[in-house]
Amino acid sequence: MEVKGGESVEAKLGTLEWKKSPETHITLKNAGADSPCVTKCDNKPCTTVCPAKVYEWEADHKKIIVNYENCIECGACRMLCPWENIVCDWPAGGMGVKYKYG
Amino acid sequence: MSDDIYDAIVVGAGPAGISAAITMARAGLKVVVLERGEYPGAKNVQGAVLYSKMLHDIVPNFWKEPDCAIERPVVEQKMCITTDDSWVTVGYKSLKFLEGIPNCYTIIRVKFDQWYAKKAEEAGAEVFCGVTVREVVKKDGKITGIKTSDGDELNAHVVIACDGVNSLVAQKAGFIDELKPTEVALGAKEVIALPPGVIEDRFQLNPGEGGTMEMFGSTSLGMLGYVFIYTNKESLSLGVGCKLSDYQKKGLRPSDHLELVKRHPYIKKLISGGKTLEYSSHLIPEGGFKSMPPLAADGFLVAGDAAQMTNPAYREGSNLAMTSGKLAGETVIEAKVRGDYSKASLSAYVDKLKASYVLSDMEDIQDLEEHVEKSENFLQFYPQLACDLAHLRFSADGVPKREHLKTALGMIGKRGWLKLAKDLMPLRKVAI
Ligand SMILES: Cc1cc2nc3c(=O)[nH]c(=O)nc-3n(C[C@H](O)[C@H](O)[C@H](O)COP(=O)(O)OP(=O)(O)OC[C@H]3O[C@@H](n4cnc5c(N)ncnc54)[C@H](O)[C@@H]3O)c2cc1C
Ligand code: SF4
Ligand code: SF4
Repeated sequence: MEVKGGESVEAKLGTLEWKKSPETHITLKNAGADSPCVTKCDNKPCTTVCPAKVYEWEADHKKIIVNYENCIECGACRMLCPWENIVCDWPAGGMGVKYKYG
Repeated sequence: MSDDIYDAIVVGAGPAGISAAITMARAGLKVVVLERGEYPGAKNVQGAVLYSKMLHDIVPNFWKEPDCAIERPVVEQKMCITTDDSWVTVGYKSLKFLEGIPNCYTIIRVKFDQWYAKKAEEAGAEVFCGVTVREVVKKDGKITGIKTSDGDELNAHVVIACDGVNSLVAQKAGFIDELKPTEVALGAKEVIALPPGVIEDRFQLNPGEGGTMEMFGSTSLGMLGYVFIYTNKESLSLGVGCKLSDYQKKGLRPSDHLELVKRHPYIKKLISGGKTLEYSSHLIPEGGFKSMPPLAADGFLVAGDAAQMTNPAYREGSNLAMTSGKLAGETVIEAKVRGDYSKASLSAYVDKLKASYVLSDMEDIQDLEEHVEKSENFLQFYPQLACDLAHLRFSADGVPKREHLKTALGMIGKRGWLKLAKDLMPLRKVAI
């Protein structure tokens, strides 16, 4: 569902701080040309629901990019992917989002 | 960190973990709390309303402590049933809420969690932040410790998983599978700065007092969930929370949902001129009673959100976390006296939960969400009906009142009287 106008998720993420980890805590089990992202996932809910817009579909290259640095660790994507293609563990100790209010 | 064996390793410095740690440390047990955030609260999101009784049971008269991280004592709680352009508001305000143990406070979790974790340290527990637990260590089927993301291993008689919703620790221990999108809600909120005087004017509060508002109906866009707005000292917390499966079906990002909610005329006025200080998002366990993991195993207990302990119909979660954490702590204290940390011994925890409000409340509401979801068009029909009936009741349009009554009965009857009874009967469980 597209929402026009209003503040973008990018602007909202601008209110946050992270301790950035050099290593990703999110991987796709299959990121290749035969991945479910390419072959059977029509709606791509990871790209439309993740509250930090971590997942983006790159149509030209037919692949999902994972902007793991934006992750706010809500925990949703582990259940969001209908094809169980996402592995999202917590970042290593102390890394990741640092809420000030929560 | 010490190499010796701990009486208990608590994973997670949220309300469940800290309550367990305080309880055990006060009894002289050797306790360590491991928290993955850089500081307690760094990863945590809540509305947030905190019920006092359950914290008072652990930190008596906490609200009288000068440094206690609470925002406003709540004197008024409102519910708003809304369509796009109309809304019915019901509320209850009472100064009795300020007497004795004040009923509840608004809190800001990051501040609260730091204050609460300090209480555990004062009681004698060690609290280590910046430590992610990756695995549990098992010997002969019994849980004997944990491994961290840095590869350190720590051992204990009991590991208590207080690591929150969709507990990775309980999953890695093999006690639960990944939850399903129907078993969780996804919440998102913004903390919006406003001067205290403006907040008090808009919510008709005396200085320092707090109010809460939950909104049901069109603002949830047909999804199962609600919108909330709570008053902090110098900010409002505006949030949405709906079933993850509903967001998935709609392909809606909760940040966009928040933007839609902000356009509702009622909300728009309340937050006008405010500046967003922070955006956040977190899951809420809503699978309830039926999706709880086993609560006790050899050398292992699960408490709080990790055990799916919430009561969404009453926006309760942090209090269930505190009570279950405390009861888990008491169970370990008793197990130590017996020198027996087997499943049989630790199962006393389940009996304690059954004897408390935690499991009985969860049992009572277990079918509610399914009921609402299965009843066709429930989430659209009733808010519209409530507003239409109120519109008639409050209009003088030259039509005799007996005609209004007929129209009203017609509106209600459209649902079918039997269906109406079926729809509403189960709601009696959340009427009080
Ligand atoms: C938007 C929203 C609004 C809510 N509103 C209310 C409300 O108004 N009132 C109410 O009572 N409840 C509310 N709740 C529910 C409430 O927040 C939870 O029930 C409560 O926080 C549960 O406490 P907990 O200690 O079990 O888990 P949490 O508070 O989630 O704490 C778990 C802790 O474990 C840590 N952790 C997780 N994994 C690991 C690991 N592997 N290693 C180390 N540490 C780890 C986390 O960082 C965290 O600090 C709300 C929830 C949300 C999301
Ligand atoms: S939801 Fe899963 S399968 Fe679909 S695009 Fe995202 S990762 Fe790929
Ligand atoms: S945990 Fe939440 S914020 Fe992070 S990638 Fe998954 S859905 Fe997005």
